[in-house]
Amino acid sequence: MKNQILEILRNNSRISDEEIAVMVGATPEAVKAAIKELEENGIIIGYNTVIDWEKTENEIVTAYIEVKVTPQRGQGFDKVAERIYQFPQVSACSLMSGGFDLFVVVEGKTMKEVALFVAEKLAPIESVLSCATHFVLKKYKDNGVVFNRIQKDEREAVIL
Amino acid sequence: MNIRQMIKPHILNTPPSGIRKYFDMINEMKDAISLGIGEPDFETPWSIREEGIYSLEKGKTFYSSNAGFIELRREIARYMKSRFSLDYSPTGEIIVTVGGSEAIDIAIRTFVGPGDEVLVPEPSFVAYKGCVMFSGATPVPIELKAEDRFKLQPQQILDAITPRTKMIIMGYPNNPTGATMDYEDYKAIVEVLKDKDIIVISDELYAELTYRGNHVSIAQFPEMKDKTIVINGFSKAFAMTGWRIGFACGPSEAITQMLKIHQYAIMCSPTTAQFAAIEALRNGEPEVKKMVAEYNRRRLLMVDGFRKAGLDCFEPVGAFYVFPDIRSTGLTSDEFCEGLLKEERVLMVPGNAFGASGEGFARATYATSIDNIREALTRIKRFVDKVKAG
Repeated sequence: MKNQILEILRNNSRISDEEIAVMVGATPEAVKAAIKELEENGIIIGYNTVIDWEKTENEIVTAYIEVKVTPQRGQGFDKVAERIYQFPQVSACSLMSGGFDLFVVVEGKTMKEVALFVAEKLAPIESVLSCATHFVLKKYKDNGVVFNRIQKDEREAVIL
Repeated sequence: MNIRQMIKPHILNTPPSGIRKYFDMINEMKDAISLGIGEPDFETPWSIREEGIYSLEKGKTFYSSNAGFIELRREIARYMKSRFSLDYSPTGEIIVTVGGSEAIDIAIRTFVGPGDEVLVPEPSFVAYKGCVMFSGATPVPIELKAEDRFKLQPQQILDAITPRTKMIIMGYPNNPTGATMDYEDYKAIVEVLKDKDIIVISDELYAELTYRGNHVSIAQFPEMKDKTIVINGFSKAFAMTGWRIGFACGPSEAITQMLKIHQYAIMCSPTTAQFAAIEALRNGEPEVKKMVAEYNRRRLLMVDGFRKAGLDCFEPVGAFYVFPDIRSTGLTSDEFCEGLLKEERVLMVPGNAFGASGEGFARATYATSIDNIREALTRIKRFVDKVKAG
């Protein structure tokens, strides 16, 4: 049942416990308990909304930053990753294979703000060797959702 | 000349579909929710669409062989074997058609004509009866019962058979009831049919949309295989309705003759769709599974909603339809659907549109978003409460 719940919530976290219960063939109480357990075990770690900020007045600038770092003895990359992801400006941070080490997503109000964050906060961190900052110009798809596509039912009346 | 007098009586006497007026009404409404359209609300999975586009880019715009690309027929043979344990040779026992609809039509025309009777269990897909009538044969309805969960009963066949009976057309999983036939159900009717000279047309377009157990085909019974034409296609399983592509499998003597009608009337199926269909069979399964899982969740939500609205509703385990019993409202199917559309702006299709035995029921499809289903069910409950309160 937990996998079914995860599958449902992954696509729509606003759906009610009662509706999930019907879909998985359980009582709402059992669903509530299962979700609580998933949260407590750190399997469900948050509920997000996918927003196209461009359509709002508060535009957001996003940068994808390739960071090269020197791993620290005994702690590998975890320690430096932690130093980086604690900043509220950082919305995502992953350890990567390949040509650089950490992939950091930074959000800010303006390009300048993001650039200053990189220059003043990220780059000076002791084990950071280099940062390559790429600004997002246009988002086409995020979290499985395509931007700027109004879902309209275009099916025509057909007799069957 | 009065052109009407020139038209064949078969055509004139076929009534137009009873559903049309509802679609005309809903077109003029704002904020209406249609639970009336019998097709997937999903777009064709991208890898399938992309293959169609690629074939156009490469200029593959020519006819295929009449029976369809051999590559596609091979994939169909592999699919029928792996998915339904049915053996058909890609050369001679499979024909690619313009949707399941064409397969139904040419199968009927190959076998029956004036003087023949065709058993049509109802409620069922409206085209069966229509195509039988166009062929000149006589459709003989068998009234399926809600208490049998709309499964075909052996005694019903025996009661309907006459010396002129030459064919029976079955569609399971069923449109409009969502009923399915499992192995035991078929076993009972195979006992009746096995030594009769009656051709079985088994329309299995909704086979992939089976939510409990595996889909069973009557052709899996060895004593039935050489008198059964299995019809399947891509519209429902792969959300490919507009591509118009389906297929029929059967004994080579039958397929060879069906091919004659197909080659003179149609030539071949659209080739862009054929290229896309090859991709669908090769790599489409994960997407099908996703869609089926989503349909299943909506199905449970909708059945629950109808029951909470106070309508009896047997649990359909196939296709994407729910067929609630609306008799407790005291309304006819037509009154119910017209009232629901006018007062609450929700479109359901009256059960009698699918045969007289559908009276007292109405069809709703869950091939629409959960938001739509939720809102429609709220409105339906409000409508039922109001009607029942008098």
